[in-house]
Amino acid sequence: MKFPAFDYARPAGLDAALDLLAGEAAVLSGGQSLSPMMGFRVARPEKLVDISRLSALRGAALEPDGTLVIGAAVTHAMIEDGALPGPLGGFLARVAGGIAYRAIRNRGTIGGSLCQADPAADWPCVMSLLDAVLVLRRAGGERQVPVRAFLLGHLMTAIEPGELLTVIRIPPQPGARFGMAKSTRKLGEFAEGIAAACLTPGAARVTLGALEVPPATLAVDPALVTGPQPARLTSSPLYAAVDAALKAADATDPAGYRHHLAVLTGCRALIEAAQP
Amino acid sequence: MTDIAITINGTAWEGTVEPRLSLADLIRGELTLTGTHLGCEHGVCGACNVEVDGVPMRSCLMPAAAADGCAITTIEGQYGEMAERLRAAFTTHHALQCGFCTSGMMATALDILRRGLGRDEATIRRELAGNICRCTGYQGIVAAILHVAQETTP
Repeated sequence: MKFPAFDYARPAGLDAALDLLAGEAAVLSGGQSLSPMMGFRVARPEKLVDISRLSALRGAALEPDGTLVIGAAVTHAMIEDGALPGPLGGFLARVAGGIAYRAIRNRGTIGGSLCQADPAADWPCVMSLLDAVLVLRRAGGERQVPVRAFLLGHLMTAIEPGELLTVIRIPPQPGARFGMAKSTRKLGEFAEGIAAACLTPGAARVTLGALEVPPATLAVDPALVTGPQPARLTSSPLYAAVDAALKAADATDPAGYRHHLAVLTGCRALIEAAQP
Repeated sequence: MTDIAITINGTAWEGTVEPRLSLADLIRGELTLTGTHLGCEHGVCGACNVEVDGVPMRSCLMPAAAADGCAITTIEGQYGEMAERLRAAFTTHHALQCGFCTSGMMATALDILRRGLGRDEATIRRELAGNICRCTGYQGIVAAILHVAQETTP
């Protein structure tokens, strides 16, 4: 599919990008979702501002209090290859390595994925689990929005015209262990079931994606997660607990396949988090 | 229209492109390097993979304007020891039938080998998941990559 006509600008700095975005313009980051959408004429931006090479958005750092700060234009491949410092780097590298294919990961960015807000994508799910805070800049100002308030639904976010996601801030997660599980029909495709889990000494939580609604984070009794699990996960107390919590969240058709898949991937993510 | 300057297979090229022109169409149309193939044109099949600054990317998903300043290597420019070994191994293992996916497969395969991921079959298959062979000739492609990895690993 050929792209429809658009104007293209690649400003040299962040301020110039924000000035351009203050007019009628859309953001082009890695373009790995936007490009096919333009090809299919689902998206028809008149002007694209390419922010993919802005050095201000391409770094990552650990702040003294342990907050991990990631530039929005950091690619999945950079994260996969260990660009993120600190204790979360290993888990996030694994998450990044599971996104689509390497040729996509070389160009697609974490900020682009969050702003695309596909419920089946990896970063909206994982960043919801980690209570990330997104920094939205505009010409002459900025605001910080928790990711759970940012993600409004299928391809919908709280970002406003003129705003640019610049930085993702992840608070420290002391003593936490993580797990991730996905169910895809073919390796690298968008997931039909996706879950990320966090286990701390006194608590367990799991975030379920690929729902009709934004990722849902559920608290689970950690005693159900540690210890041996039956061969058939669907008959485990853990499955029953996640099933009940998802039903209470009212995010799915409880009789549907997707509900079952969400619960099952949730259990798998939690069990992985409990592995020594 | 946007002025761009790129390096294509080691040779400098400057020109003016429409923003809507994809890198793939620049390569195939303007530069007449038709070894790069367009399969699905929406990022699924991997036939259009080319190297941009040394790493594989989907040339169908990238406006040519966004490649300004980059070094592009297509199948026509894939020389060097690893590429030569891979070419020979593709022949030995019958890793191409119709050849439509081959240039994209080569771009991905070289990247797999350079990242040191060619030593076991399961990893190769995982890393090849983004390239579709319409002849379903994966067995030979995987065998060729494995062969080169074993040849080049001490």
